[in-house]
Amino acid sequence: MYLRKLSLLNFKNCAEAEITLSPTVNAFTGDNGAGKTNLLDAIHYLALCKSYFNPVDTQQIMQGTEFFMVQGIFERAEKEEQISCSLKKNQKKQFKRNKKEYERLADHIGLFPLVMISPYDTSIIMEGSEERRRFIDTIISQTDNRYLDGLILYNKVLANRNSLLKQISETGRYDPSLLEIYDDQLVETGQRIFGKRKKFMETFGPVFRKHYEYITGKAEDAGLTYDSALLHEDFAGLLKRSAERDRALERTTAGIHRDDLTFLIHGMPMKKFGSQGQQKSFLIALKLAQYSYLLDQKGFKPLLLLDDIFDKLDDKRTRKLMQMVSADDFGQIFITDTSRQRIERIFDEINVPVTVFDIAAGSCISHDEPR
Amino acid sequence: MNFSSRLLESAVDEFARLPGVGRKTALRLVLHLLNRPEAEVERFSLSMTSLRSGIRFCKVCHNISDQLVCGICTATRRDRSLVCIVEDIRDVMAIENTNQYQGVYHVLGGVISPMDGIGPSDLNIATLVERVQAGEIKEVILALSATMEGDTTIFYIYKKLKDLPVRISAIARGIAFGGELEYVDEITLGRSIATRVPYESTLMK
Repeated sequence: MYLRKLSLLNFKNCAEAEITLSPTVNAFTGDNGAGKTNLLDAIHYLALCKSYFNPVDTQQIMQGTEFFMVQGIFERAEKEEQISCSLKKNQKKQFKRNKKEYERLADHIGLFPLVMISPYDTSIIMEGSEERRRFIDTIISQTDNRYLDGLILYNKVLANRNSLLKQISETGRYDPSLLEIYDDQLVETGQRIFGKRKKFMETFGPVFRKHYEYITGKAEDAGLTYDSALLHEDFAGLLKRSAERDRALERTTAGIHRDDLTFLIHGMPMKKFGSQGQQKSFLIALKLAQYSYLLDQKGFKPLLLLDDIFDKLDDKRTRKLMQMVSADDFGQIFITDTSRQRIERIFDEINVPVTVFDIAAGSCISHDEPR
Repeated sequence: MNFSSRLLESAVDEFARLPGVGRKTALRLVLHLLNRPEAEVERFSLSMTSLRSGIRFCKVCHNISDQLVCGICTATRRDRSLVCIVEDIRDVMAIENTNQYQGVYHVLGGVISPMDGIGPSDLNIATLVERVQAGEIKEVILALSATMEGDTTIFYIYKKLKDLPVRISAIARGIAFGGELEYVDEITLGRSIATRVPYESTLMK
């Protein structure tokens, strides 16, 4: 599966563009603010119906205009697929596959799997556990379309249970049988989500370690573990035991909404003890593991988007990484960088053809044949 | 919107408070009323006022009624040992329209949803338990929406009634009449198969 053609209209800083892409390595080069990352984001839009960076759809519309449109022609299973996404101010987002509008956007997600590696990913290490749960939830939901429904249901029950706990403390009326009903519902959906997350981590962990060892040349020892209270105790018992505390704090203190991933470097927390370069290597290994997992589950190669990948990595790791992604295991790749020379030098060294696009002020795009 | 009259403006404001009515529709309705004979408009406003002040809620089933006890609860032909539990009066009307049901009702006045601030004590559940405890009722039918809130409420009522000598049933959920199987959503179809019924019992009298 690869993206053959991409056209944009009023998308962020790009007024109009149409480019034909190579099925292997594509590079977008240009100055800061030229719009390199916006091109990656447009591709992300086509694959996952939303921006990677900004959850507000209307803010993707170019300033001073009323709508944006992103269109892509993919080759998938030897068939041409036209995907288009457009948004007019104050209107619903339109998402079409082969000119036919989707009834549910969820039906589209997973058809064109994609992995983005970007400097913004550091939030997975630096921010709260929510980011890390979102990371694994996004991957699992791309291969299991029931997963997201379960998660939504769980969150709804959770919100109801929390409101109930608040009302109990406000009114002083405590009705154990109603709380029990919410406990039962929480346990049923929560246990199922836990099972899926656990199973996912069992496959994902070893894949991650393999990638990490490759990038770092086994120079470092990194750890990735799934951390859930449900690993040690069943959910029903857990809820029962924390019932007192839940009522005192007026919220549910135990459950899969508190799951986390632990990242270690040489046995110490990555967030505090990892250098910027080490953190970046760790994140890249995480994302490459996501790539391998999707490839394994889907049976075809996802797109790989590498935003500003050379920043903070030493030459040795950069070369290894590029060698790896240009090898047969990976399909179509998109890379952004400020320096055209650097891109050309790196790919010359490893002897891989690359199609370079010069990006300037969003609109003007020129491109060379693969060298 | 700028109005030439304060009276006009206040009437439009009142209409625009109604659900589903915007200011343009409100203006259209007000201008229509203005074109009608004065007596007709008086009848209109009188019926609104007397609705608000005159309406009663049946003290047995909590349905909207003109008397202390509603027509359904007082009807002699109806089976008082069979009670259908519904969310509000719209559901009573829907079930009455089927002409299939000869029992009586119990109107809860909503479903449990702590997120919207509605708990069991805001609904007519205590009176339902009293009714069942009184002993005349042999079966209750839970006819609530197939939503998460509906399910929570059903389960809650079940817990309150399960130790009393009463049969508790719930309306069937599944394929709609005239519905093609291939168009039924997966959850409904999956449940229909899991809760399938013996064919003989579907041969309706």
